[in-house]
Amino acid sequence: MNQTSAACFDEMIDADGAVRSAYGGYSAWYNEQVPELLRRKGLEAEAFFRRTGITFNVYGDEDAEERLIPFDMVPRIITATQWRRLEKGIEQRVRALNAFLHDLYHRQEIVRSGRLPERLLQNNPAFLHEMVGFTPPGGVYTHIVGIDLVRTGEDDFMVLEDNARTPSGVSYMLENRETMMAMFPELFTRVRVRDVSDYPRRLARSLAACAPAGASSKPVVAVLTPGIYNSAYFEHAFLADQMGAELVEGSDLRVENGRIAMRTTCGYEPIDVIYRRVDDEYLDPLTFNPNSVLGVSGIMDVYRAGGVTIANAPGTGIADDKAIYSFMPEIVEFYTGEKPILPNVPTWRCAEADSLAYVLDNLADLVVKEVHGSGGYGMLIGPTSSKKEIARFAEKLRAKPQNYIAQPTLSLSTVPIFTKAGLAPRHVDLRPFVLVSPGGVDITPGGLTRVALKKGSLVVNSSQGGGTKDSWVLDA
Amino acid sequence: MLGRSANGIFWMFRYLERVENTARLVEAGFRMALTRDAADASEEWRSVIITAGLQSSYEAKFGKEYPGHQVFNFMLRDKDNPGNVLTMSEAARTNARMVRAGITRELWESINENWMTLCDVLARPIRDTSLGDILDTIRRQSTQVRGAMMGTMLRNEIFNFARIGKFIERADNTARILDVKYYVLLPAVSYVGSSLDNVQWDNVLRSVSGERAYRWLNAGRMDPRGIAEFLILDGRFPRSLAFCYSKLRSNLASLAREYGSEMGCHELLRNADSQFHSLTIERIFEQGLHEFIGDFIARNQQLALQIQRDYRFME
Repeated sequence: MNQTSAACFDEMIDADGAVRSAYGGYSAWYNEQVPELLRRKGLEAEAFFRRTGITFNVYGDEDAEERLIPFDMVPRIITATQWRRLEKGIEQRVRALNAFLHDLYHRQEIVRSGRLPERLLQNNPAFLHEMVGFTPPGGVYTHIVGIDLVRTGEDDFMVLEDNARTPSGVSYMLENRETMMAMFPELFTRVRVRDVSDYPRRLARSLAACAPAGASSKPVVAVLTPGIYNSAYFEHAFLADQMGAELVEGSDLRVENGRIAMRTTCGYEPIDVIYRRVDDEYLDPLTFNPNSVLGVSGIMDVYRAGGVTIANAPGTGIADDKAIYSFMPEIVEFYTGEKPILPNVPTWRCAEADSLAYVLDNLADLVVKEVHGSGGYGMLIGPTSSKKEIARFAEKLRAKPQNYIAQPTLSLSTVPIFTKAGLAPRHVDLRPFVLVSPGGVDITPGGLTRVALKKGSLVVNSSQGGGTKDSWVLDA
Repeated sequence: MLGRSANGIFWMFRYLERVENTARLVEAGFRMALTRDAADASEEWRSVIITAGLQSSYEAKFGKEYPGHQVFNFMLRDKDNPGNVLTMSEAARTNARMVRAGITRELWESINENWMTLCDVLARPIRDTSLGDILDTIRRQSTQVRGAMMGTMLRNEIFNFARIGKFIERADNTARILDVKYYVLLPAVSYVGSSLDNVQWDNVLRSVSGERAYRWLNAGRMDPRGIAEFLILDGRFPRSLAFCYSKLRSNLASLAREYGSEMGCHELLRNADSQFHSLTIERIFEQGLHEFIGDFIARNQQLALQIQRDYRFME
């Protein structure tokens, strides 16, 4: 159940047992290593992560315990050629996403043309009426995007999910590389890997380029965090530190003279760009959730008057909706005039009668997701569910089919991880990070590879036993 | 910098200083107890608890008995004592997490490691046989944090708020030790040359790790007036009140330079500071040591509050 079939694509070893070219340099190095020493390196890495405090908090935990995301020492390697194609596909998709968001909040040409059903926007909490008719500074909606990719064959990369809201995980991309370089410096002299370490600088530059019209030539950028008990707090602090930006909480901010200002030791000082890691709903108690203490009262008014840039723009979450996702091929074509370079995972929309019938007949083989859900909540993984669970889910599906989409259980590619018994293949995905500014789309060569550490498992989520790997894009 | 961050870093260093001071107090008490009979030892531990300001919370839990292992466990790791070393170092780390973007990676790592190490050594009840090692560990960890701080932090506002927190706390601590022990130092009560007094005086010095420095400066002669002078007025000794205030002066002056203006706290400091210049130990004893110390503690607290107000630590 949910197991690796012999046919699934391994990124290191081909069907004849030979090492693929991407892993040639690594494999040669690996074969010279003493397994016992590598094992010790693994323990060192864990101690390193603990000391540096690269942890995430688990919600609902009494002691708000901090946990480590397991790190695997075998890198995930992508060739220069593969990356060039991914880059093109990602850039195309991200440009389409921004054009789509602009259109949704203005004339809705895509709805008028009949390519996107209007019902997807109606009663959808991710669609913010406060954004209608407003264009964010520089016309940018998704300043930071994470595109989740899965692979099923040599050239078969597919987009599993778009994260246009507030993608996280970039600190792991950076720290995993730091860890690898600290543990195996000689490896990096033998294999030429493209650098990811300037991501924070690129992020700072990209955010500054999106400052509102009235900002000074050196815009003030701040990272807005819900605080130290948030599960991704480490990342918020890490990015603020690396960018040289202030790390602010809602309680530090207020509206002053039509600007958002932070309480400094010398009084209130205006901020030009807010990289917020707080959800739309909590951003402004005057406009959204009135009980929120994480946001700033009146920030939406300031924003709409052009006094501050909010990154990502409120209302971008609509693009993460899984029903919208199912229309991404049409969306890409509508705004770019080109066929999508990176395909979607095949998706059945349960709102459509034919699809619903198919899905109900094949629940045991499918993965069914809620359209508004994220993080793996409220979904059904057919192959690992009991008959009873499937029957119960079928009822929910029949009651509200428009709330669900379904996808086949993919045979994700594998990359080896380091185990006591040597290398062993495990399923992976990849999240590259993309920055958008008026200057263009900037994709860092690498990303976050998540890996299912349990044999045969397809679940890569860190909350469910997933780990991470350093992700390499080869220089040539 | 953010007012909230200034508050965070200020308290982070107060907590760190408090951890270190608590360890010194316990160490002095432990040493003292080793050289006395059971009744006197217990009296000594009681005095340690009073100096740490923990009498009411201690007696609420244990009553009026002061066996050593109970006292040092209470001070180092008992959850019923909000000022225990473990909780303090956790509070320091929480604050460090809060101001993570304002401190260097090395400082953060040393504070994080400090906390992890203390969690480990203080996980189980401490016995007499392991106390020495544990106090040693706490001291070494504190030294490491200090090294990371001095070696890597920019000398800017963040650094100044950290140092201000540290020296406010340290001055308070030294003053409290004097406040509890002042009677030992009063000439009228003291039996010059009696061995009991010598031990008591020695203990006061040990509580601030000043016994070696004092002996070195005074060629081994112990006298209460000299000790009081050393702890209050000797600007060479890093835990004396005069030293703490000379540091506060320079860190507050740096802040005024960086921000381009002086605040209410600068005025308060000038007043307190001018005291030390005109002061002699004779005048202090004339005025009354106890009154002097009480007055100092109150002014020190006032200064801390004024700094928090001036620099908008809170809304």
